[in-house]
Amino acid sequence: MSADRGNDLFGVYVHWPFCAAKCPYCDFNSHVHRGPFDEAGYVAAYAREIAHFASLTPGRHVQSVFFGGGTPSLMNPRSVGAILNEIARHWTIDERVEITLEANPTSVEAERFRGYRAAGVNRVSLGVQALRDKPLAELGRRHTVDEAVAAVHLAQSIFERSSFDLIYARPRQTLEDWREELSEALWLAQGHISLYQLTIEMGTRFYDLHRAGKLVMPDEELAADFYELTQELTAAAGLPAYEISNHARPGQESRHNLLYWRYGEYAGVGPGAHGRLLVNNQRHATATEKMPFDWQARVMAAGHGLVTDDILTWEEQGDEFLVMGLRLKEGISPARFTALSGRRIAERQIADLKSYGFVETLPNGNLRVTEKGFPVLDAVVADLAA
Amino acid sequence: MPFCYQPAMTTPLKNIRNFSIVAHIDHGKSTLADRLIQLTGGLDLREMKSQVLDSMEIERERGITIKAQTVRLTYRAADGEDYILNLIDTPGHVDFAYEVSRSLAAVEGSLLVVDASQGVEAQTLANVYHAIEADNEIVPVLNKIDLPAADPDRVKSQIEDVIGIDASDAVEISAKTGLGIDKVLEAIVTRLPAPNGDITAPLKALLVDSWYDTYLGVVVLIRVIDGTIRKGQRIRMMNANAVYELDRVGVFTPKLVDIGELGPGEIGFFTASIKEVADTNVGDTITDDKKPTAEALPGFRPAQPVVFCGLFPVDANDFDDLRAAMGKLRLNDASFSFEMETSAALGFGFRCGFLGLLHLEIIQERLSREFNLDLIATAPSVVYEVEMTNGDVQMLHNPADLPDVVKIAEIREPWIKATILTPDDYLGAILKLCQDRRGIQRNLSYVGNRAMVEYDLPLNEVVFDFYDRLKSISKGYASFDYTLSDYREGDLVKLSVLVNSEPVDALSMLVHRSAAEARGRVMCEKLKELIPPHLFVIPIQAAIGGKIIARETVRAMRKDVTAKCYGGDATRKRKLLEKQKAGKKKMRQFGSVEIPQEAFIKALKMGDS
Ligand SMILES: Nc1nc2c(ncn2[C@@H]2O[C@H](COP(=O)(O)OP(=O)(O)O)[C@@H](O)[C@H]2O)c(=O)[nH]1
Ligand SMILES: C[S@@+](CC[C@H](N)C(=O)[O-])C[C@H]1O[C@@H](n2cnc3c(N)ncnc32)[C@H](O)[C@@H]1O
Ligand code: SF4
Ligand SMILES: [Mg+2]
Repeated sequence: MSADRGNDLFGVYVHWPFCAAKCPYCDFNSHVHRGPFDEAGYVAAYAREIAHFASLTPGRHVQSVFFGGGTPSLMNPRSVGAILNEIARHWTIDERVEITLEANPTSVEAERFRGYRAAGVNRVSLGVQALRDKPLAELGRRHTVDEAVAAVHLAQSIFERSSFDLIYARPRQTLEDWREELSEALWLAQGHISLYQLTIEMGTRFYDLHRAGKLVMPDEELAADFYELTQELTAAAGLPAYEISNHARPGQESRHNLLYWRYGEYAGVGPGAHGRLLVNNQRHATATEKMPFDWQARVMAAGHGLVTDDILTWEEQGDEFLVMGLRLKEGISPARFTALSGRRIAERQIADLKSYGFVETLPNGNLRVTEKGFPVLDAVVADLAA
Repeated sequence: MPFCYQPAMTTPLKNIRNFSIVAHIDHGKSTLADRLIQLTGGLDLREMKSQVLDSMEIERERGITIKAQTVRLTYRAADGEDYILNLIDTPGHVDFAYEVSRSLAAVEGSLLVVDASQGVEAQTLANVYHAIEADNEIVPVLNKIDLPAADPDRVKSQIEDVIGIDASDAVEISAKTGLGIDKVLEAIVTRLPAPNGDITAPLKALLVDSWYDTYLGVVVLIRVIDGTIRKGQRIRMMNANAVYELDRVGVFTPKLVDIGELGPGEIGFFTASIKEVADTNVGDTITDDKKPTAEALPGFRPAQPVVFCGLFPVDANDFDDLRAAMGKLRLNDASFSFEMETSAALGFGFRCGFLGLLHLEIIQERLSREFNLDLIATAPSVVYEVEMTNGDVQMLHNPADLPDVVKIAEIREPWIKATILTPDDYLGAILKLCQDRRGIQRNLSYVGNRAMVEYDLPLNEVVFDFYDRLKSISKGYASFDYTLSDYREGDLVKLSVLVNSEPVDALSMLVHRSAAEARGRVMCEKLKELIPPHLFVIPIQAAIGGKIIARETVRAMRKDVTAKCYGGDATRKRKLLEKQKAGKKKMRQFGSVEIPQEAFIKALKMGDS
C-alpha cells in the first residue's frame, strides 16, 4: 500500500441501535424495541462480525474504538466488555487506545458508568443536548438539566476523559439565551465539547412540523450569528474548534473523530454501521443492514451483515478526503489528495478562495479553511472539488 | 405502385369549387372542416380523428394550423350534379400572413366562420380582409348556434357594420352537432364561383405550400391556373429558376391519391426529387420547362424573418444535436433560418430568424419536444436598420452586434399596424399599454359593444411580452392582430447588463431611451432574485454605454455547512458533494459567478413592471 494513500490510522466503530424512545429530531439508525431481548445472543453477532472484518484487515493496530448509537449506554457493561475482548483477540491494541462510549445522561444510565470503566471504556460522550429544561422537553429528551449535570459530573469523576453534546440554534432560541447557556456549558466542560446546530432531517417528526410551518428555524443570518458567537465563546474558554462542531483543549481532541476526518481506516460493526477498509490496495466503502434483527440474522447466517461493499474510485476517494478533511482546523495535505485522487486541486480555485480569505496554506504545506471560511464550508469544498 | 392510380379526365371547370375557411381562433374552423370531410365521405368514421387537417402534434394541441393543408371532397349537390370541392385550410395566424394570402389566392371563395356567441374578433377581420384582397367571394357562416349565448342577429349586423358585406344570407350552423352543414355544402356550390382557366394555354400553377414527408420527400401543394400538369412532366419553378421532373401528381381526399394529372382550377400536389422545402418558395409560379407561360403570377415575396433570437443548448454537449434538429426542422420550414452564434455567457448556439413570435415559440417547442433538447432562448429581437455615418446601412439581427455608437448616424426600427378588439371594460388599460409601448393611436371605433382600436406600434415593443400583458389586462377577452408597415427612426440605445462587472452579452438588448432605465432596473431586480448567493458579494448593473443606470447586489452567502458528523458515514457527505457538483454543471460559469440556466430564461421572460 502506498504510504500516502493510507495513513496507518485504524479504528473500530460499534453501532448499538437501540434507544428508550425516538427523539423527534433524530435520523440516526436508532430503534425502540419492545418485549424480551436476548442481549447476550445479540452481542454474539457483534463477535461474529468483528471476526469477519478482522479477516479482511489482518495485522492492523487499533487506536480507537467508539460505541455509538442509538444509545450504547443501554448496554449491559458485560456486553461492552465482551465486544472489546473480541476486538483485542483479532487485532493489536495501541497502549494509548481511546475507547469512547456514547451515553444518555439519565440517572439509570449513569449507574452503569463504573461498569463501563471496568470493561475498558476510557472516554464517554454524553448527549446533554440542552441546559434548559423546556427545550430538553421539546427535544423529546427523557432527562432533566439536573440529571444531565449530575451525569456529567459523575462521568468526569470516573473516566479519564469525557465530553458532552449540545444542540443549538433551536426554535425560538435567541443569541442571548445561547450566550448564557453555552457559558454555563463551558464551565461544566472539561477537555471536550460538541456543539451542533439543529438540523432538520428528512423522515423525522421535526421535519414534518417544519414543513407544516409549526417549527420555525433561524434564518441564514441568525444561524451565522449563532455560529460566530459559538466560536467566540469557546475560543475564549480555551476550547477552540478543531472541527466544525467539535471543540477541545489542545491535546484533548477525540482521536476517533480525527481518524474519520483524517480519512483513516475503520471497521464499522453492528447494524447500519459504515466502514472504510483498505483491502488489496483498494478502498472499500462498507455498510451493514440497518434493521437490528435483520442484521443479526444476516450475521448469524453469513458471518457479516454487509449490504454495501463498494470499491471507491479515485474521484470518490478524493471527494471524501476533501469533505471530511476540510472540516478540520489542521486542514488537508494536497499531496495526499493527489495520491488518493490522481489529480490536483485547481490552482485557480485555490487562488480565488484565497483572495476572498476562505482558505490558506499553512507552513507545513497543508491547505485549510479559515475561520471566515468555516461557516460556508460546504460551498468552499464544492469549489475545491469541482 | 403503392398508391392507387386513377387515370382521370380533368374535371370540367363548372363542377369545381375551391374554397378556404377564415376565422378567428377557436371559432370552429377545424370542426367545420371535419364535418365537411365526414359528410362528403372523405373518410369513414373509423378514420376520422377529430381535426383531421391539423396533423402536426403541436397544431393539434394548440388548435392552430401551421402548414396549409388541402382536401378534395366529392359532393353530389341538390341539382344532381357531382362537384369537386377543394378545401384549403390556411394557417390562421398573423405570423403566417403571407402564406395565408397565397392560400387565399389559390381559391375563389371563402367561408367566413364567426362564433355566434362571440362575434367578430381581431383575426376575423385580419383574415377576411386577406380574403377580400384575394378577390374571394365570401359566405358568412355563423357557428355555435347551439350555444345558449348565441346571438346570430347581433353578429350578422356586426359583420355588415364592420366588414361591410351582406350577412343576411349567412348560414347558421353548429359544427359541433352537425346542424346546417348540408346548407354550407349547398352554399359552396351555389354561391361560390367556379374557377376559370384555359386548358390549352401553357401550364401556369401557384405554389401554395410544401412540406417534407419522410416517405415522399418534399410534397408541393399547387393550384393549377392554366394548362395541365402531369406525372413525368419537366416543370420549371420560375422564381427559384429550378427544373424538376415530376414523380407523382395527385390529390388528398384527405388520403393521398395519385391521379397522374391535374387540370385548370384543380388543387393537388406533386413530388419530384426535391431535397428540401427551402428549394420551394410559397407563391412561386410553376410552368412547363419547354413551353413556359409568358408571365409569372403576381404577389410573390421571398420569406423574410421578422424576429430573431439566440437558441443555445443548456448542455454544451447537445450542440451537434441541436444543429441536426434545426436542419431537420428547416427541411419542412423554409421560413425559419439559423446560423451559428457564440456567446460569452451561453457558449455555442444559433441565431435564428422567425416569421413572428408564435413561429418562434412553435420552433422552440418542437425542438424541445420532438428532439428532446433543453434550450436557452435569448430575448427576441426585431431586425433594425442601422445607418452608419459613412452612409452604409446594416441590418442588425443581434443587439450584441451593435456597432460603435459614434459611427452610427441613425437606427431605424420596424413598425406595425395593430388592431385590437376588446370589451369596453378593458379599453382604458389597453390604451395605456399601447401608449406605454410608444404606440400612436390611429383609430378608435365600436364593433357592436366592443371597442376596436388601431395603433401604430414599434414591433420591438410587441415582441417584449405585449401579448402576455394584453391577455392579462383583458382577462383574455381582447384579440389582437397586426401587419408590418414600415421602418421609422427611433431613439434606441443598447442596454447592457453587467454581472460582477462583466457584461453578459446574452442579456443585452436595444430599447427606447425613455424605457431604458425602467427596463434596466427590472432586469437587475430580477437577476438579484435569480442568482443565488455566492461566497462573495455580486454587483449587478444595467448600463447604457458606459453609464450605469441601475444596480443591485446579491449578498454573500453567510452560512452553508453541514453541522452534524454522522459518524463514519462519509458516503452521505460525498453524495451531498456530488449533488453540489452536478448542480454546478447546470450553471453557466461567468467569470467567477455561476448563473443558473433558468435565470437567463426567467430574466428574459420578465414583464416590465
Ligand atoms: N358548442 C359548440 N362548440 C363548437 C362548435 N364548433 C366548434 N366548437 C368548439 O370550439 C372549439 C374550437 O374549435 P376549433 O374547430 O378547433 O376552432 P378553430 O381554432 O377555429 O379551428 C372546440 O372546443 C370545438 O369543440 C359548435 O358549433 N358549437
Ligand atoms: C449519534 S447522536 C446521539 C447519541 C445519543 N443517543 C444521544 O442522543 O445523546 C450524536 C449527537 O448528534 C447530535 N444530533 C443528533 N441529531 C441531530 C440533529 N437533528 N441536529 C443536530 N444535532 C443532532 C446530538 O447532539 C447527539 O448527541
Ligand atoms: S438522539 Fe440519541 S437517544 Fe434520541 S433517538 Fe437519536 S440516538 Fe436515540
Ligand atoms: Mg383549428
